[in-house]
Amino acid sequence: MSGAAGGSIATRSSDPVLDPVRALPFPEAALPILHNTQLRTNVAHATDIIQAKRARLVQEKSDWQALRTAAAAIRDNVLQNLGDYLEQFETNCIAAGGFVHWATDADEARRIILDLLRDENASEVIKIKTMTSAEIQLNPALEAAGIHPVETDLAELILQLGDDEPSHIVVPALHVNRFQVREIFARRMGLPNLADDPQALTAAARAHLRKKFLSVPAAISGANFLIAETGSVSIVESEGNGRMCLTLPRTLITLAGIEKVLPRYRDLEVMLQILARSATGERMNPYTSLWTGVVPNDGPQRFHVVLLDNGRSSILARPVERQTLRCIRCAACQNACPVYRQTGGHAYGSVYGGPIGAILTPQLMHLEHAQSLPYASSLCGACYEVCPVKINIPEVLIELRAQVTDIERKQATRVFDPMYLGMRVANTIFSSAGLFHLAQRLGRIALAPFTRKDGWIHSLPSLGSRWTVSRDLRGLSKQTFRDWWSVRQKEKP
Amino acid sequence: MRASLFIACYNDTLFPETGRAVVHLLERLGVNLDFNPGQTCCGQMHANTGFRAEAFSQAKRFVRLYQNAETVVIPSSSCVAMIRDQYPGLFAELGNDSLRNEFTALFPRVYELSEFLIDKLAVEDVGAYFPHRVTYHASCHGLRALHLGDRPFRLLSKVRGLELVPLANLDRCCGFGGTFSIKNAAVSSAMLETKLHDVLSTRAEFCAALDNSCLMHLGGALHRRSNPMRTIHLAQILACTGSTPAEAFA
Repeated sequence: MSGAAGGSIATRSSDPVLDPVRALPFPEAALPILHNTQLRTNVAHATDIIQAKRARLVQEKSDWQALRTAAAAIRDNVLQNLGDYLEQFETNCIAAGGFVHWATDADEARRIILDLLRDENASEVIKIKTMTSAEIQLNPALEAAGIHPVETDLAELILQLGDDEPSHIVVPALHVNRFQVREIFARRMGLPNLADDPQALTAAARAHLRKKFLSVPAAISGANFLIAETGSVSIVESEGNGRMCLTLPRTLITLAGIEKVLPRYRDLEVMLQILARSATGERMNPYTSLWTGVVPNDGPQRFHVVLLDNGRSSILARPVERQTLRCIRCAACQNACPVYRQTGGHAYGSVYGGPIGAILTPQLMHLEHAQSLPYASSLCGACYEVCPVKINIPEVLIELRAQVTDIERKQATRVFDPMYLGMRVANTIFSSAGLFHLAQRLGRIALAPFTRKDGWIHSLPSLGSRWTVSRDLRGLSKQTFRDWWSVRQKEKP
Repeated sequence: MRASLFIACYNDTLFPETGRAVVHLLERLGVNLDFNPGQTCCGQMHANTGFRAEAFSQAKRFVRLYQNAETVVIPSSSCVAMIRDQYPGLFAELGNDSLRNEFTALFPRVYELSEFLIDKLAVEDVGAYFPHRVTYHASCHGLRALHLGDRPFRLLSKVRGLELVPLANLDRCCGFGGTFSIKNAAVSSAMLETKLHDVLSTRAEFCAALDNSCLMHLGGALHRRSNPMRTIHLAQILACTGSTPAEAFA
């Protein structure tokens, strides 16, 4: 990685568009990234480290599977009674001095937040731990309204200064290495002599952010959990910058998906254990903040919670897909995914990359966009194995593929699509052993012109070329198994 | 013991040597094996690509064909995973009561090959002789859907003459994923590259697995590089004895 130390380095693989409406289909978005060796090295290196830490800490918990089961049960109970818990949260949050706003979609959430900031006459706002704000494309809306957002999470700051976008839910700048960080900071903070060791880089970020913490009057946060019985909000983080945002400004706005609620304070016992171990491979995350409403003369004096639906309630009604909303955004599935390992998050065209993004984004888009994402998986099951709330991601992927297929097969343009044609022909062939046997023989004849003397196929036309792009295919044997069996049966005494 | 062989459509067509090896192996162990020529496909390709109605029609076909079988043995863990993980949902959604009952009755009698040997026949030493350096690729379906665990390793450890070389990152997918390898050819190829690095690092003569689908992927890349390492189904190794060498199933 030493070669990356000098000059200006592009951390972006291409032009990441984390907007499912405008993003390229996954296979096309992945292409330029696969040529970005530096990005792929960074992603593989970082995910390997987090995975190894996670594996060690999961192994030391003899009750890990019981914890997963308990966590899934807690989340399922929430989803089955979501309306009740949200109303409880609202009542208790208001009783503690907070305000609660309900946003049906991204547009309404942006409007609510903008109105609140205008009431504060804010020209700047500090932000912490809110992937959901990227889901609703909040930053461009803030800029357009003349309010400058300042990201205070170190990784988010790197991305903001580098004009880049998150590629991971927990470690958003996972695709950037420290030499690239040095280059961005040196350029954007005017520090030409900045060193590239982690201490120097964090010190530079701290000095840059401290001014903001002390002067900006409003903050926007995300939420890891909302507690229904107390009206509290919880955030976990590693750096302590979140705590600055949560305590120093006059006004705090928390944006949370409606599924983030937990019934009781004591549910955190289970959730915090599994979250830290799954997300960062730590027994406990360094900073766990938990606050309830407003305390006079201590911390923010105006506190707002914006509860965001944005497609979530439509997922609730669907029995297979509902488990998607158990997600606690630990990103263990991203770290374990062999597809994500090759591409990082940008190829998914949404702030939610990796396996969870492949099921969540198309559903948030009501399958009108991001239809390629359910196919961005080899169905290897590594995501399901590590998921701390037992989301059977392969099962949901297959369910969504069926829905995408049901939509697409009705479209006239698909009638002669080679994949659809092939699937229909294959179905007819598999419906009869006689046809199958005939197809085996015809297949051998059809492939004969492509089969070399050594019995292997090196190049195929049409869809087959996508196989032979990197692999040969052994030509069909002269005798199928069923032919061999039938000869053998006849020869038997 | 009677058993019905479901060979799987792609083994039948592309890897008949695996089927021949399974027959030799199981008959040597005293199994009375039959092959129903009415069989075609389990429906996995259609199901995993989103063609649910088509997958269901093949699932129905499978259940009707084997409803009277004492035991069904399948030398392909992904097909067994299809039956275990996806048939219940398909029959619950699209099937009627009698179909569901037929499937429920058949379900516990379907075995993947290494399960059949170890769980049903209670044999680890099948009397095989294979004097070669071998590494084992645990296919994702075998590993995470069927939880085959150490079954393949127990079988391999009893093969005389065989030197087993551990494969690094055993739990990582080779990138095949059925139609994934076509729909996402570039990403699939990149995953294959990563896997191949680990496989080649073993310097084994053979890369073995319980799924010819992964082996088709790995073997195709090995051949593209003119690499002498060969892929082989575990059944072919287990079928080899001093008197029936590997060439018999090549």
